Amino acid sequence: MKYAAKKFCTLIITLFIVSLLAFLAFQVIPGDPTTDMLGTEATAEARAELRAELGLDRPVLVRYFDWLFSFVTGDMGTSYSYRMPVSDMLADKLPITFLLTIMSFLFTVVLSIPLGILAGSTRSKALDVIITAFDQLVMSVPAFFIGIVACFVFGNIFALFVPGNFVSYTVSWSKCLGYLVLPALSIAIPRIAMTVKMLRSSVLSQMEQDYVRTAHSRGNRRSSILVRHVLKNALIPVITFLAVSAAEIMTGSIIIEQVFTIPGISRLLIASIANRDFPVVQAIVVILAAWIVIVNFVADLLYQFADPRIRLR
Amino acid sequence: MRKKILAVFLAVALLACSLCGCSGATDKAGTSSDETLNSSGAASNSITVGIAQDLDDSLDPYQMTAAGTREVMFNVFEGLVKPDSDGNYVCAVASDYTVSEDGLVYTFTLRDGVVFHNGAACTADDVLYSFETCAATSVTSAVVTALSGITEIKADGNQIVMTLESANPDFLSYVASAYIVPKDYTDQVTKPVGTGPFKFVSRSVQESIVLERHTDYYGAGAKLDKVTYKIYEDNNALFTALNSGALDLVAHLSIDQVNNLTNGYNVLEGTMNLVQAIYLNHTVAPFDNELVRQALCYAVDVDAMMDLTAEGHGTKVGSSMYPAFGKYFDPEQAEAYPYDTDKAKELLAEAGYANGFEFTIIVPSNYQPHVDTAVVLIEQLKAVGITAHIQQVEWNTWVSDVYGNRNFEATVCGFDASTLNASAMLARWVSDNGKNMINFNNAEYDEVFAAAQSATDEAEQTELYKQCLQLLSDTAANVYLQDLADFVAINPALEGFEFYPLYVIDMSLIGYKS
Repeated sequence: MKYAAKKFCTLIITLFIVSLLAFLAFQVIPGDPTTDMLGTEATAEARAELRAELGLDRPVLVRYFDWLFSFVTGDMGTSYSYRMPVSDMLADKLPITFLLTIMSFLFTVVLSIPLGILAGSTRSKALDVIITAFDQLVMSVPAFFIGIVACFVFGNIFALFVPGNFVSYTVSWSKCLGYLVLPALSIAIPRIAMTVKMLRSSVLSQMEQDYVRTAHSRGNRRSSILVRHVLKNALIPVITFLAVSAAEIMTGSIIIEQVFTIPGISRLLIASIANRDFPVVQAIVVILAAWIVIVNFVADLLYQFADPRIRLR
Repeated sequence: MRKKILAVFLAVALLACSLCGCSGATDKAGTSSDETLNSSGAASNSITVGIAQDLDDSLDPYQMTAAGTREVMFNVFEGLVKPDSDGNYVCAVASDYTVSEDGLVYTFTLRDGVVFHNGAACTADDVLYSFETCAATSVTSAVVTALSGITEIKADGNQIVMTLESANPDFLSYVASAYIVPKDYTDQVTKPVGTGPFKFVSRSVQESIVLERHTDYYGAGAKLDKVTYKIYEDNNALFTALNSGALDLVAHLSIDQVNNLTNGYNVLEGTMNLVQAIYLNHTVAPFDNELVRQALCYAVDVDAMMDLTAEGHGTKVGSSMYPAFGKYFDPEQAEAYPYDTDKAKELLAEAGYANGFEFTIIVPSNYQPHVDTAVVLIEQLKAVGITAHIQQVEWNTWVSDVYGNRNFEATVCGFDASTLNASAMLARWVSDNGKNMINFNNAEYDEVFAAAQSATDEAEQTELYKQCLQLLSDTAANVYLQDLADFVAINPALEGFEFYPLYVIDMSLIGYKS
């Protein structure tokens, strides 16, 4: 309980710092939101008036705390570009990014665990070498490159899908999920490779443990030793790794959403930075930071669950 | 141990479920954009249009800033008059208008049976409200200036009478910009309502915009029932979707894309209606020297540049006017400075730069044609000893640094006209104009332009505007290049596409061939 309280404080402080940094970054980069709102033909008076209306003429810190207060009270503000409430925009876009993250995460879990166990337990030297070598290769390829290759191969050569022709879940769930398979795999593949490598070494080290030899000598079959004893122990470090992956997958979507032109929050983030749309950028940055901190927190808890010898303080 | 493992998996499952919960809970926020991803033929009488940029600004008719937004919303809004594809003004919400002999009094007759998209009938009150709001809030300063020249506007039955301070032969073009909207309707920024042939249905951020036929339109109206604009901010994605047949119409394609198109669509060629040039800052040495500017003009081979960047497509221009303005455009001006490196070197020597000089061309990175042009030009300039560097900047930075603060030496970009009149192209070069990015300062130009503005006779005005153009050419105000070629790919089952002298696509003309 004490631990949870401590983590909660960390979360608040982290979000505070992250949001302040994002806010300050906008003071440093050139450009002005009124440029995008009024275009190049507006009069100087109109520009000054709009700046006053948006409160941009006030000191930075005043604006920051003003934003912070509204945010804490649940008001994310209105987008400068779209003139819509930021919360409405995010309500549209967050599910898309979450779907991508969840799919990617499921792929990682479902594919990496069997492969990792296979690699760690196989007695076929050849199979082990193939998996390890392939693993090493895939691990070093960044997700965006896999995405570009996937777009080219499946989109341009085999014409199985039209890159960029994303269909929102509000229109058709099946088409939406269908479109997200390749992007989710692109993010997942390097993660799968890492998880497999980790699980393989974990299984191998467990196989050399005394309890395995004891189980053997008691006449247990190899497969039952694997399932009943080794796997339980071998999975512990992997579970933590997977939980941390969930955080990284969501941030990894920033690039993948660009590659596959998926209109999730990451694309919105990039566009909003270009438009100097502060309220949207602030909200997304805080959400992404919160997601990472929370998932890391969950990972810690899982670790404790999996291995009671570890006590969190 | 088994229990522990179970607990772990349960926790993971819970996490996943809670995330699913998040996504489920926000379903209601989705918009009602229907599924029109494949061109489904004449039966559904709808088309899908691919556009390269999101409508990410206000949809309020007086607050729209992006050219891409105006291009789409042209179909939703109308003024008392509106431009046609020849650049003339035809009656829209007004059924007729008369101009008094001295050019000071405009009388518009409100058309009977004009209905807004929200079902309300359009009255003279709405018109007065629209002009008042437009004059007060328009982001186009030229429109604000022109409308503030109205000393009196009053409604008399279905007649709207406007009295001007002084005659303004361009006045109709500003009237066309004052879109008519329903009085006291406050949701224009997100749910626009006008009188145009299409009504706005929905916008989904970074995904799509849906327009539907306005069934109560007074005229012939739209041929199509529905137009869905799908947003592809990635150019390759846009092209792939077009080539796969998922889109019926895409404009502003490059020559490379046209060459790679294999789906049998018709390709139409028009121009972008802008003036691309190397715009030079006249307060920065050496561009304060007319000889140096002229030398640059001679040193640049526009034909070769167009061959390299667009296989020769595009139209050369020699001053701040593009060909769609047939009245003012003079193709001769494009030949004023033929490619001649010897002449350029001579002029440079005369100006004291016999050994050349170095400068930086700033280019907005989001406009690939300008970047390509700049890359070719710096190679050409090397032949006369001038070393130019390219600096690509983000659009927002370009607007604030180059356009706003005039902190640049040279930039390659394009200027278009926000309203269909010469002053939209020429007013900015008056020495004290706030938009005079290049700090052009020529007393004679100011004088001629002012005379043109106050001229009441159209022929006389045209002549004066032409003089302005000639002055820009003679003084080599900028290194004028071209009006870029604009390619449109359209489903062969469709007909009726017409190029406008403005950056708009009139969807009401397009329909399936019977």
